[in-house]
Amino acid sequence: MSWQWFHRLGSPRWFYQKSSAWLPWLGGAALLLLSVGIVWGLGFAPEDFKQGNSYRIIYIHVPAAFLALAGYYIMAISGAIGLIWKMKLSFVVMRAAAPIGAALTFIALFTGAVWGKPTWGTYWVWDARITSMLILFFLYLGVMALSGAFSREQSGDKASALLALVGTVNIPIIYKSVDWWFTLHQPATLKLTEASTIDPSMFYPLITMIAGFYLFYAWVLTLHTRTMILQREGRTQWVRELLGAPAPTKA
Amino acid sequence: MGSEAVGVSLSKKAQSDEARGVALDAYARVPGFYTLFRTELVLAARRRSDIVNPLLFFVTVLAMMPLGIGPEPEMLSRMAPGLIWVMALLATLLSQESLFRGDYEDGSLEQLALQPQPLYFPVLAKVLVHWLVTGVPLALLSPLLGMMLNLGAEGYWPLFVSLVLGTASLSLIGAVGAALTVALRRPGLLLALIIMPLYVPVLIFGTGTVQAALDGYSFGPQLAVLGAILAVAAALAPLASAGAIRISLEN
Repeated sequence: MSWQWFHRLGSPRWFYQKSSAWLPWLGGAALLLLSVGIVWGLGFAPEDFKQGNSYRIIYIHVPAAFLALAGYYIMAISGAIGLIWKMKLSFVVMRAAAPIGAALTFIALFTGAVWGKPTWGTYWVWDARITSMLILFFLYLGVMALSGAFSREQSGDKASALLALVGTVNIPIIYKSVDWWFTLHQPATLKLTEASTIDPSMFYPLITMIAGFYLFYAWVLTLHTRTMILQREGRTQWVRELLGAPAPTKA
Repeated sequence: MGSEAVGVSLSKKAQSDEARGVALDAYARVPGFYTLFRTELVLAARRRSDIVNPLLFFVTVLAMMPLGIGPEPEMLSRMAPGLIWVMALLATLLSQESLFRGDYEDGSLEQLALQPQPLYFPVLAKVLVHWLVTGVPLALLSPLLGMMLNLGAEGYWPLFVSLVLGTASLSLIGAVGAALTVALRRPGLLLALIIMPLYVPVLIFGTGTVQAALDGYSFGPQLAVLGAILAVAAALAPLASAGAIRISLEN
């Protein structure tokens, strides 16, 4: 088997040209699924007998939380690929994934707070899952801050990739320890909705939203990666031709 | 009788020679560890402020706490384990910034990296010295501060043991951050930002140890987890730091 495709994948130029063809499909499918899921979930899914209409925020909250976690692994794995095979493109993907993941984590935290007010009577509690999401948010911010701190781009790439990897090792430990901390410290003042088997009429729109969020994530990640490629490769011939800039004149 | 005794002493001598041979072999296997460890210890002993400043920070900030939250003994004794642990964490973090800085600036870090041996053992030696000059004194000082903050007497021993184990993990984890940021001019806040989230499990189990003892439970399990964290950190963190040092040297 030839590894040509793998090495070609590392070329920003190849990725830029290929991904032009993917974009409309990704974006179209994402928007289609998201709009179907939103209308279905917010408009047609039945009301929850305990929480009323406020439960409907799960159609945003749950997919965002899913992607916030998955996004960290996507970021760390592409960073690892970059460190191991020295691929330019995977570092670009890693950098592009960091702010998207941080934004999704923030959305998950924010919608959770909005949901918490009517359900538990407070915006913020130091619940195990909320606390771990907050720490995940800090991990994202750390990777972003470190990647921006170096004046030499390659050093920032490698350093933040290494930090993302260290975070990956830590995430399960952090999750377990926060879980343990919560069960130790928190008296049973509030009960999260028990992991009751969710009714299919609520479940299908949720699955649609999750699939939509995944596609949306892929779409945004591709867009952001393409923009960063153009910024980074601004001096190369193909980007200049693409943007219609004049070739550098030799002074 | 006499010849027997000679025989015994001869065989003892042979044994001790053998033991020395094994020890020499171990030195050869971890090249430079002992030398570097001794050098670092001497250097640390000569730069008194490096030892004293974290301790002073620890004591001063803890003295601020009752001023900020009020002198009620019940409240202070409830908050004491957490306060002492968070302050120990901050003191370790702040002292960590200079872990590799001097060696980076005078070029000896580069020389260490140029050696044909892995960087694992030099990093481990430096971290060990850092722990001996900051973590251990902090732990030794903690019962005194516990007394000032009205911590129950049954909490002194667990506080000390958890700090001894925990600060070793903190030094190891922080070394990764110190190595990642050593090439930056002012890494202080960035170092805190990227390392704090990784400290979470140590903090949870450290305070958990003291709390369990105060509540009258056995604190063995929490100490065991702290030990497990230390074992994992000792195995992995120097590897990550070594990688980070190589990245920083490229910058």
